[in-house]
Amino acid sequence: MEAKEIIARRVAQEIEPDTLVNLGIGLPSMVANYLPKEVHVFFQAENGVIGLGARPPEGMEDPDLTDAGGGFVTAVPGAASIDSAMSFGLIRGGHLDMTVLGGLQVDERGYLANWMIPGKMVPGMGGAMDLVAGAKHVIVAMVHTARGKPKILRECNLPLTARRRVSLIVTEMAVIEPTEDGLVLKEVGPGASVDDVISATEAKLIVQGDVPKMSLFSES
Amino acid sequence: MKQAIKAAEAAELIPDGSTLLIGGFMGIGSPHRLINAIVDRGISNLTVVANDTAMPGRGIGKLVTSGCLTRVVASHIGLNPETQQKMISGEIDVELVPQGTLVERIRAAGVGLGGILTPTGLGTLVEEGKQIVTVSGRDFLLEEPIHGDFALIAAHQADYVGNLEYSLTAHNFNPIMALAGKTVIAEPQTIVPIGVISPDSVKTPGILVDHLLERQPDGS
Repeated sequence: MEAKEIIARRVAQEIEPDTLVNLGIGLPSMVANYLPKEVHVFFQAENGVIGLGARPPEGMEDPDLTDAGGGFVTAVPGAASIDSAMSFGLIRGGHLDMTVLGGLQVDERGYLANWMIPGKMVPGMGGAMDLVAGAKHVIVAMVHTARGKPKILRECNLPLTARRRVSLIVTEMAVIEPTEDGLVLKEVGPGASVDDVISATEAKLIVQGDVPKMSLFSES
Repeated sequence: MKQAIKAAEAAELIPDGSTLLIGGFMGIGSPHRLINAIVDRGISNLTVVANDTAMPGRGIGKLVTSGCLTRVVASHIGLNPETQQKMISGEIDVELVPQGTLVERIRAAGVGLGGILTPTGLGTLVEEGKQIVTVSGRDFLLEEPIHGDFALIAAHQADYVGNLEYSLTAHNFNPIMALAGKTVIAEPQTIVPIGVISPDSVKTPGILVDHLLERQPDGS
């Protein structure tokens, strides 16, 4: 199984029924593919829809209905279209249960950096700063290392997205929970040992007893 | 009762050096005919406030290519490499603003507020040079209003008095920007008789709209 699929399958298990969830562009958007059928959630796209649906069949696209990446989507029964002030009011106001975002770096404080690499890539923060500042639960979904270098660091050296401890980090190698005491290793990914995870991570990991293997198939 | 004008006539109203609030999210819900007319007239030294700069050849991306712009205030420029190149070369000054903050700064201007207090951006580069205000023990950033000389609005349909109705994710910044421009020019896809848009469906009351573009010509 590819790293991204492992991550998306594992994150999908974190989603509670009857919640409002915002998935970032790229890897996080794959999470929707692995949600058990019986779990009903509304997905928000911050450009203005609650109840984002799948991509429409070719030729059936509505030019006024896209996700936050600009890709054509549909809306599920019960959907609502909203303007940007309402959309970000929901995000900042504590009405968004969960956001899943990609990451460039996360550190021992649980702080995320995911919006720029000075001198190289300055795309802008888009909605990321509001999402991290406002969502009830923030899950970072990212591959564990970049070109062999750790992305989970003692301290982020890229500009931060927010000064807020994220709720969970999910990679293909590990599930890590940032806490007041530091980063707790909760699960290890398929084929990885605790030592593998520690050596691929610059930040100090707290290991408590036997660390369970990541389960990739929903039990429900 | 409004007089419907042509896009070229609308562009004649806009002097060099104006600040334009332009609706749209990756080109969805942008006033494309107005943008084309601005490019054709070659207006210079414009400041554009918008969620993003779309991509080259589409929507606000055309203004970036045309050389009309000297300043951009946006949340995201990542899908338009040309904006990034012109930012690096110094041709365009870019201010990046978190999306939720951007829409609220525009709203503040439009509804007579002296600014907004938001947790978004605390502890990040966005905080630099801004006042931190503590309310009930919680810190917020003071973000100032953003006014426009013109607001260029895309709507699904207008009626003869200029009431506007929007469609799906083409709402985005449009209803908010319609409050914050000294002069508001609306570009509807269609224009319908008074009464066709139910009062409950009006998102922008016609009293805010100064100029209404003629309906989209057939075949465009």
